[in-house]
This record gives sequence, C-alpha cells and structure tokens, in this order.
Amino acid sequence: MTTLTTLSAARGRAGSPAARRRRRTGSLLGLAAWLCGIAFFLPVAWMVLTSFHSETDAATNPPSVGAGLSLHGYREFFGATGGGVSPWPPLINSLTASVVSTLLVLLLAVPAAYALAIKPVRKWSDVLFFFLSTKMLPLVAGLLPVYLVAQNTGMLDSIWLLVLLYTSMNLPIAVWMMRSFLAEVPVEMLEAASIDGAGLATTLTRIVAPVAMPGIAATALISFIFSWNELLFARVLTGVVAGTSPVFLTGLVTSQGLFLAKVCAAATVISLPVLIAGFAAQDKLVQGLSLGAVK
Amino acid sequence: MPTRTTEPAPAADAAVALRAGGPDARARRTERAKNWARRAPLLPALVFLVLVTQLPFLATVVISFTRWNALAPDNRGFAALDNYRAVFTDPAMRASVGTTVLLTVTVVLVSLLLGLGLALLLDRGFRGRGIVRTLLITPFLIVPVASALLWKHALYNASYGLLNGSLTWIWRLFGSDDPPQPDWMTDSPLAAVEMSLIWQWTPFMMLILLAGLQSRASDAVEAARMDGASAFDIFRYLTLPHLRRYLELAALLGTVYVVQNFDAVFTITSGGLGTANLPYTIYQTVYQSHDYGRASAQGVVVVLCSLLVATFALRTVSSLLREEVTS
Repeated sequence: MTTLTTLSAARGRAGSPAARRRRRTGSLLGLAAWLCGIAFFLPVAWMVLTSFHSETDAATNPPSVGAGLSLHGYREFFGATGGGVSPWPPLINSLTASVVSTLLVLLLAVPAAYALAIKPVRKWSDVLFFFLSTKMLPLVAGLLPVYLVAQNTGMLDSIWLLVLLYTSMNLPIAVWMMRSFLAEVPVEMLEAASIDGAGLATTLTRIVAPVAMPGIAATALISFIFSWNELLFARVLTGVVAGTSPVFLTGLVTSQGLFLAKVCAAATVISLPVLIAGFAAQDKLVQGLSLGAVK
Repeated sequence: MPTRTTEPAPAADAAVALRAGGPDARARRTERAKNWARRAPLLPALVFLVLVTQLPFLATVVISFTRWNALAPDNRGFAALDNYRAVFTDPAMRASVGTTVLLTVTVVLVSLLLGLGLALLLDRGFRGRGIVRTLLITPFLIVPVASALLWKHALYNASYGLLNGSLTWIWRLFGSDDPPQPDWMTDSPLAAVEMSLIWQWTPFMMLILLAGLQSRASDAVEAARMDGASAFDIFRYLTLPHLRRYLELAALLGTVYVVQNFDAVFTITSGGLGTANLPYTIYQTVYQSHDYGRASAQGVVVVLCSLLVATFALRTVSSLLREEVTS
C-alpha cells in the first residue's frame, strides 16, 4: 500500500498530463468516499442529535437541526424524572450474559481450537465442519424445546439460561476463528517446549497465549457483540427479571406512545459499549469477522 | 472435503517402535493415550455444542410429529404428517418462505455490491481515510434493535421522520409548501426493512472485502498499469479473481445472519404487510397460535432449507480451507 502511494505521488510530481488526470480522478474518488462515509454515518448522527433534543424538538417536520440541546432524553431513560422503569437491571443483565458467555466461549473454544490447529486429530476437518454447520441451523428451530425445558425446570426468566445459549451460539464461530489464529504458532516452538518437558498448561500459557492473544481478543470481541445484540432468545426466554437491553429497548416504544428523544437516548446508550469496543479494535474486528481467513 | 492431516502418521510411530524392538503392546497403549490427549481439549466444546444445539433440534423433530397446542392441552397425540401438511398448504407459510428468500437475496446482493464499491474507494489512499472507514463501520456497530427503532421512528415516520422532514425542507427551499410525504413503511414495507438491513450489513461486506483488497500483492497491479492496462481491465482480470474467495465468504456469512433476521422484521413492521419471514412466522406460531406441533414442523422445514444452502456454502468454505492448508 505504502509503495503504491509513494509511486503514484512520485509520478504526480513528474507532472505528465496523464498523471495529473489520474490525480484529479483520485481526489474526486476521495471526495466520493467521504460523501459515502457521511451518508452512512448520517442516521447515527441523527440518532445522537435527536437524543440530545427535547421531545418537542425531536418530533418536528422539517427537522430542527439547530434546536437547543437538552439532557431530557437521557434523564428520562435513566429514570431520574421518576415514574420510568430503571434501565440498570437490563443493562446489568446484558453485561452479565455477554461477559460470562464470552468467558465460557473462550474457555471451551481455545482448547478445542488448540487441538484442531496445533495437534490435529484425525478427521479434524470433519469436526471443524460440524462446528460450522451448527451455525447454519437457524436458532429459531431449536427455540421451542429450549423454551419448554426452561418452563418445566423453572429456568425461564433466568439470565443463566441466556448465558448457556449465547455460549452455544458463539462457540462455533469462535472455534473457527481461534483455529486459524492458533495455526500461526510456530510448530518448532512447541516442539522445543515439549523437549524441555513443558506440560500442556505451561505450553498454553507461555508459548501459545502470547502468539494467540490478538486472536483471543478478536474472538472475545465478536462473541461479546453478538451476545449483547441478541434479541429473539432474550425476548422469548426472559421476562421481568432477566430481560436484556435489547428487550428493554423494544419495550420502551410499546408502553405509552413514543418518546423519540428518550428512545434515541436509550438506543445510543445501549449501542455505546459495542461502538467503543468496535472502534477500539477495528482491525481485529475485520480479521475476526472473516473467520481469521484474512491475514 | 479435504481429509489431509498434518499429524505424523501413527503407523510410522508404531513402525519406529517395532524396529527399535520395543514391546508392541506398550507402544500401542502409549499411542492410544497420546491420541486421547490430543482429542481431550476438543471434547468439552463438542459435548457442549451437541447438548445445547443438537438435542433441542432433535426434540423439535419429535414435536413436529405430534398434535400439540398449548391452548388445548388435553388434545395431544401423534399427528403423523399433519403438521407438515399444514405447513405446506398454509399460504402464510409459503408467503413467508418467499419473503425470506427475497429479503435475504436482496439484502445480501445489494450490500455486497455497495460494500465492494466502498471497499474499492477506501483501498486508495486519500486524506482522512481512517476517519471515513470509521464512519462507514458505525452502522454495523449499532445494536440491531436500536438501528431498527432508529429507522422506524426517527427516519421513516411519515409525520416527523428525517426522510419526510428533509423533503419538506428541500421543497421549502424552492418555495413550495406542498412536499411529497410518502408513508414509507406502509407504501413499501419490505423495502423499508431491506433498506435498514442493507445499511447495517454493507459495512460488514466492506470490511471483509477491504481486508481482501489489502492482502492483494500490489506489484502485479503496478506492473499491469505500467503495461498500460486500463483501470477496468485491472479490476476485471486482477482484482476480481483475487477477491473471489472474499466475496464468497462475505456472501456466505451475510446469508447466515440475514436469513435468521428477526430484529428488523419484528421491530419495523411486526411482520405485517407481507414482511413476515420464517423466523418471525415461527415466533408467531409459538407465541400467538401456541401451536407447538406446527411451529416445530416449520422449524424442521426451515432447517432442511438451510441445509440445502449450507451444503453449498460449506463447499465454498471448504475450498477456502483447502487453499489455506496447501499454502
């Protein structure tokens, strides 16, 4: 990439008409990219702006872009003005479900991926495909039995049921991602370790972990995002006690008409953890999303 | 399916043990122990996945052959293929199959094309590229329900949404007090759902394709340009073939997620006006009709359809994998 830019820059300085033309289209394309970026970002910007408007300014036609800012929506959302339902339990539920299931995913996926990547068992690709194929099955097809079992065992409306389900939802992708990250660990290092008499635990913590850490981070990030975002299972299997943030969001609208600023504030707050994590780890996100196939 | 393994052949180990004159039985025993040690780390994940994902599905298959409606608990029994007959003769179910296909194909194709365009734009160096990339990723990072709510209430709403608000604003610029104010969600409900999903999934496609573009060797492109190849030729004969596996991967992953979409359909139209897709239909059969037998049959049908897609998709991935193994 850098060589390409320097090359075209060098040619640009040479100043031939063709180069000048290319430079002009180049800056036009850059402008186009900027316009696209702004267009895609606009709805989000609008959401954030609306969240800082008063309810009357939020619902106007034409839109009141320049209206004074207000924290009304956020105060309403956090229930400071009284009467509102507190968003803290759903936020804490979401956090619990996402963090605990992500930890479980790592706990199960890392050893599995290790077995698949570093010391391949026979028929390893079959096992790998089994993992991926579970991801192809629509979750909704297993929903009813899970619901019935939960109903009969009193696990309905419990956050731990969601933890279990989210773990199974993210585990296949995690194994796939981790396998390709762990395949990066040089075999010589492992052999050296085993000659030195290192056990599995030592090998994992001293040799594999440092190399695989970025991959583990990417896997954790993606598992966290998908758990945090999940709606269908949370909606069906939780109620008053264990409702997660997405369930809470859908409930905001149906109760007593629409409060646009409040809904936008809620949407902003609930998206914030994923936004922060995603921005912070853009590159890892890319690598993870392509199942580690992109190096 | 590639069955190549990189493990040292156990037979070779045993042969070594034999030649060394060591006791055959002990060698075999340690061999077996070693194999177990290799497999052991794999087992927890496997057992867990079988328990949590495969067992419920088996139960779904069993329930699909029973007559079971929660509203009539006494009338339970073996239903043979009644539920399946109901599924295939139910016009709503057939409609939702069509909707699912249309929704998935439209969203995946359009966002793949848009994503490709954006990835090509972003692949070149220009001022503020990092910022533009961040702006473009944002839609993918918004919680899906939040994004569905945003589109429904803040953008599509006929009386105060941003879309109609902007129309009013533009029309006023030209001195007109009579701007068109379409009701987006009633006039074209499926397009409204698709639009929000395309907005959400285009960044995902772009991210994968951009990573693909940046893994391309730049010297071939540079050489082609020196030889006077046009930008289109370079795209057609160099970029596109290189991107093929990334395009396939993006389409595959996009399909897996968009087929299962529930959030947008549930939030934006509540499945009304011909937007009910399969996940939403099953959700409704369970929670409105309480017909467990029928819902399970629907689930099984969905799984069979998905398996068709998945077989094709897995073949794609297996070709990816083969490349990775051989390289």
